[in-house]
Amino acid sequence: MARKRTIQAINDAIAIEMERDPRVILFGEDVEISLFGDTKGLRERFGPNRVRNTPISEQLMTGAAVGAAAAGYRVICHMMYGNFVYTGFDAIANQAAKLRYMTNGQVKLPIVFMAVMGGGRSAAAQHSDSIHPVIMNLGGIKVAVPGSPADAKGLLAASVRDDNPVMFLQVAGRGGESGEVPDGEYVLPLGEAQIKRAGSDLTIVAIGSMVRPAMRVAGELANEGISVEVLDPRTLVPLDEDAIVASVRKTGRLVVVDEARQRCSAGSEIVALAMERCFDALRAPAARVNVANIAMPYSPPLEKAVIPDEARIATVVRQTLGVPATS
Amino acid sequence: MSDSTEDRQRSGGSSTGRAGASDVHLRLYRRMLLIRLMEERLGEVQKAGDLPGPVHLYIGQEAVAVGVCDHLDDRDWIASTHRGHGHFLAKGGDPTAMIAEVFGRASGICGGKGGSMHVADFSRGILGANGIVGGGIGIATGAALAAQLDGHGRVAVAFFGDGGANQGVLMESLNLSAIWKLPLILVCENNGFSEFSPTATVTAGEIVARARPFGVAGATANGNDVLDVHRVAGEAIDRARRGEGPTLIEARTYRTRGHVETEHTFLSTKYRDDAEVEAWKALDPIASFAARLTDEAIDRERLDAVISDVRAEVDAAYAAAAQAPWPAVDEAYRNMFA
Repeated sequence: MARKRTIQAINDAIAIEMERDPRVILFGEDVEISLFGDTKGLRERFGPNRVRNTPISEQLMTGAAVGAAAAGYRVICHMMYGNFVYTGFDAIANQAAKLRYMTNGQVKLPIVFMAVMGGGRSAAAQHSDSIHPVIMNLGGIKVAVPGSPADAKGLLAASVRDDNPVMFLQVAGRGGESGEVPDGEYVLPLGEAQIKRAGSDLTIVAIGSMVRPAMRVAGELANEGISVEVLDPRTLVPLDEDAIVASVRKTGRLVVVDEARQRCSAGSEIVALAMERCFDALRAPAARVNVANIAMPYSPPLEKAVIPDEARIATVVRQTLGVPATS
Repeated sequence: MSDSTEDRQRSGGSSTGRAGASDVHLRLYRRMLLIRLMEERLGEVQKAGDLPGPVHLYIGQEAVAVGVCDHLDDRDWIASTHRGHGHFLAKGGDPTAMIAEVFGRASGICGGKGGSMHVADFSRGILGANGIVGGGIGIATGAALAAQLDGHGRVAVAFFGDGGANQGVLMESLNLSAIWKLPLILVCENNGFSEFSPTATVTAGEIVARARPFGVAGATANGNDVLDVHRVAGEAIDRARRGEGPTLIEARTYRTRGHVETEHTFLSTKYRDDAEVEAWKALDPIASFAARLTDEAIDRERLDAVISDVRAEVDAAYAAAAQAPWPAVDEAYRNMFA
């Protein structure tokens, strides 16, 4: 164990996977110099064949990822920002997500599309989307949304080893948060949620960037005698439905916190899941905390107002519990 | 360098002698005829209303797929288009499995889950037909990257049309494949139409000229002359195998059938003159090549034997496909993920 930032944890995981499997290759825009630091030093270590800068050509990058994977490589395709996935969307939505199915399983496509997503950096609307809901609906792409440095390391290793396309969405603006990260090989299963904090009164399902504020809220409410369970699904495709249902059955209340816009968000899916599988256990309507259905604003006070924060999460938790605000 | 040298000799390089040439020519003729007869039959089946979905026939363009793919073996890659039956067959795909796929049957090459626009056989390097115009360009570029990393002299070929040439990904691929010197052959089949729009109304300049600013080799071929395509493609593929980078080939040909076989059911106006179609039919790549073979004193009997052989193969493929069972409904839920 060592204390590391998310970006270092990801860098470790890529290096370990490239070391153990010579067929892992990495390409993307500025991966050599590494804008975020997650691919730093890999070109020097693994050479110019396996680590390559691409032109700013997202259509081609995503298409080439499909072709190279179909031809036998494990491809890490770095898309830089989540919004740039839209520019390269054809090969993700029409090719990577469909090719195996359309050809009745003739081909495996081990591809990791990785990108930094989410707001909070005044990067404005074209660099701040939380894109996971869009990808969740494609069908053939797995979606990893790690909420801690250790999970980022374990899920990235799993994504590289998986024989399917995975969209790995990191919350890593300014290097991401710090946390204890296991040394050496560390692989988590895709599709396994983790209870980040156990509780008995209400379940918060927190996604990606929302894990940390959800944990703080749970900590504060504990001082008032309110016991909040925080569950991090860690991957959205596959989704650990059983873990969510078990938690909601235990607590009887559900709040989903998701930085995506509310309409058709991961929160929408998880609330629907609770309706279908544990309505009888709900003691209050399930609730969602999201960004409203607007584009991310630039100005710091505006951006701060629209991204769910601890105060907003706590308010919705109290409402769901029927507990009045203390202040 | 390449472990496929033998295959390239098989496919008839420039050193092929006279006797060898006639074998090569008959092989090219046979493959073109197979595509033609398979496609003509498909048109009849569509007309009779016996196909579940739309088909885009390759009739008139056979010389391009055959002239290029004759230089390839199963270790080389191709990515194809929505008009992809010809590429599939030219690359050695199984006719029966292809037709069963178009019929939506369990024995189809994709188990009935892809249909006409998605015939693929990865075991033969056929990365698939593609329902997205230009969709194969990026895929072939990635396969070319894999081929380069493998270092065995393999190549990747992207087939696309004049319509696909107007997708931005072609520019992206010309640029990157030049920078990385990828063993990629970009084959534009200019068949005169982007769906229903005549090429000249939607396409500026010469497509082959788009190679020049990137320092990519560009070449034109008469897409109705299989030997011209064969020569031009052979040079490009040899260069790619030697590690000398990509080539853009513009093969000029003509789509004598519609964009889609059912177009008469929904188009209220004509988008081309009958006289134009007839003029191109007079340049038919298969009839003209047959005439040339006869001029070359290839035995009429040998030619007739090829024709009856191909007819029998086509009959057998359609008979088997027509009798093949439908897929079980459970199959709809399989193979989304590995």
